[in-house]
Amino acid sequence: MRHIISILLENESGALSRVAGLFSARAYNIETLTVAPTEDLSLSRLTIVTSGTDAVIEQITKQLNKLIDVIKVVDLSEAPHIERELMLIKVRATGKDREELKRLADIFHGHIIDVTESTYVIELTASAAKLDSFIQAVDSGLILETVRTGVSGIGRGERILKV
Amino acid sequence: MTMMTGAEIVIRCLQEEKVEYVFGYPGGSVLHIYDALFKQDQVKHVLVRHEQAAVHAADGLARSSHKVGVALVTSGPGATNAVTGIATAYMDSIPLVIISGQVPTDYIGQDAFQECDTVGITRPCVKHNFLVDDVHKLAATIKKAFYIANSGRPGPVVIDIPKDVTAAKCKFDYPETIQLRSYNPVVKGHLGQIKKAVHLLLEAKRPMIYSGGGVILSNGAEQLTRLARRLGFPITNTLMGLGAYPGTDPQFLGMPGMHGTVEANLAMQHCDVLLAVGARFDDRVIGNPSNFTSLPRKIIHVDIDPSSISKRVRVDIPIVGNVPDVLDEMFRLLEAGNSAPEKTVLADWWKQIEEWRGKQCMKYKLNKSIIMPQYVIEKLYEVTGGKAIVTSDVGQHQMWAAQYYKFEQPRRWLNSGGLGTMGVGLPYAMGAALQNPGEQVACVTGEGSIQMCIQELSTAKQFRLPIKIINLNNRYLGMVRQWQEMFYGSRYSESYMDSLPDFVKLAEAYGHVGIRVERPEDVEPALRKAFVDHKDDLVFLDVITDQKANVFPMVAAGKGLADMILTEDL
Repeated sequence: MRHIISILLENESGALSRVAGLFSARAYNIETLTVAPTEDLSLSRLTIVTSGTDAVIEQITKQLNKLIDVIKVVDLSEAPHIERELMLIKVRATGKDREELKRLADIFHGHIIDVTESTYVIELTASAAKLDSFIQAVDSGLILETVRTGVSGIGRGERILKV
Repeated sequence: MTMMTGAEIVIRCLQEEKVEYVFGYPGGSVLHIYDALFKQDQVKHVLVRHEQAAVHAADGLARSSHKVGVALVTSGPGATNAVTGIATAYMDSIPLVIISGQVPTDYIGQDAFQECDTVGITRPCVKHNFLVDDVHKLAATIKKAFYIANSGRPGPVVIDIPKDVTAAKCKFDYPETIQLRSYNPVVKGHLGQIKKAVHLLLEAKRPMIYSGGGVILSNGAEQLTRLARRLGFPITNTLMGLGAYPGTDPQFLGMPGMHGTVEANLAMQHCDVLLAVGARFDDRVIGNPSNFTSLPRKIIHVDIDPSSISKRVRVDIPIVGNVPDVLDEMFRLLEAGNSAPEKTVLADWWKQIEEWRGKQCMKYKLNKSIIMPQYVIEKLYEVTGGKAIVTSDVGQHQMWAAQYYKFEQPRRWLNSGGLGTMGVGLPYAMGAALQNPGEQVACVTGEGSIQMCIQELSTAKQFRLPIKIINLNNRYLGMVRQWQEMFYGSRYSESYMDSLPDFVKLAEAYGHVGIRVERPEDVEPALRKAFVDHKDDLVFLDVITDQKANVFPMVAAGKGLADMILTEDL
């Protein structure tokens, strides 16, 4: 099953590679990984999307907690949460495709942030699944480039991950 | 406060930590540190002949005490040579601090002479590591390293220090305590869980205690023994846990696992309640986990590391905590409730166990003209009164030492159980001998393993370490040969050791005493000569043993615990 694991870790050099190294050393899988400092610059917030059986996920969270640089670990998917991912997608936009792509971007609440005579860059923020469906909806021959940030997530309501 | 150089700070911190011995090897990046070392005499340096041995010796010191072992190596090859030692300590959770030199900070990343990414290379095999980029952080980092190494589930910590940091100056301020917001090891177990566990133990009809290296590391042997005696349950100690419960006690069933006794393995397999303490259900102990879990049994698991719990086998009552604290609490609850298990209920279980024990699975055939390796260990046990610190390398000799030397006390049996590193035996013995002056220290090894760190005979001479090396020389990489015989149609691919050195002459060349033993009747006199006549010398006993002897019982890799191959089956 797919899980979104959120981690607070020391914003120190090498901390990220400890997390990434743990996943590769123990043959856990990383679908996406995002990391950036929080409002407290001594901390980084890291989100990993992974999948595995319950036993594997349990081991992942335990092993993460064991890392000295890791302060807190939460499996966001255990309770109500919001996930978002940002995608920049460059498409071939000529002729009648220009109008069609504009319409599609509107339907997905995307923005066209770069326009040339023959291309658009569309910015989309949504759940990973929604981004997938956008890609599905666009004629694959028109896609020139996609850039995705990977998933970020946060718990709903009073569910707060803080030191 | 006076200004101190980084190098002086390093040595001063070691003094503050009451480090008596540092095992190391100098080189370019650590020259400042060696200079600071030279100017004092509180911290003694042991010059090894290879950095791997520095870490192993520090590890041996740590295993034979409750202290943090310290090694000091230079950058590049010094650090990479240390990696095997670090990984060995990591797998067995041994508290070490390894200080490595690094090229100056502004050279890092320039492919400088003797540069390597020590922090990157060691990351997967340390509990934690640091690169100190500022002399102001040095003292606090060293404090943190010692704290992390020897708290919670212990482990090795590497501190990589660039050369310029050891030259830079700052005021010395050693923090008394250290607080890490991300690291707070638990001590006390959850009381509710402990109560549940005690309740389950009292209801058990076929109980079993299975204890591992965690009991030794946490100094919990006394608490374990007290609890086991109060409960009257059968008990087994893993390879890493030998000595946690007296090896001669009738409740002790011997070691479990791949080369465990029939009674220990069958009791593990058929018990209805298993109390696992500081053990991790590893593949060499329980064999195939799906076979192990195919029989119903309730498992209580006490461990300081939550990730060890329910990793390979799901448990019913997890208790995260420091072993002696949790066992004390269990004992207290039994005392308070004045409760003990029903003797009559246990009687049937003990009857069954005695039947298994009656198979005498450790019996082996003595030979009149060829020395049996098991016999050597039995004689070693007799001659040393069962009181020696015994180190081993890895292979058949390691299993025989574990099987036939009945350890009564913790921290008397030092071996590489997790990583299985050949070459640890002699450096372990060096660390143990320095840490325990006046104690008998025996290194049981084989002609394969001993050659992996043989250069340390030189260190042992320099520091006058009266180690007794018992080389079970069968001219084969015995454990490899055994597997080839059993699973590869006796095709002995590269397991025969030709062109062996004359070990007696070799020992003499290093300035030690060498004795060759070729006949069974000479074993005991030779051991006496080594331990009595040459009490203060390093003696190398080259014991020519049976080439065909195999380690039994044996559970083949991937099989269930009940699937044991016994001597008579062959």
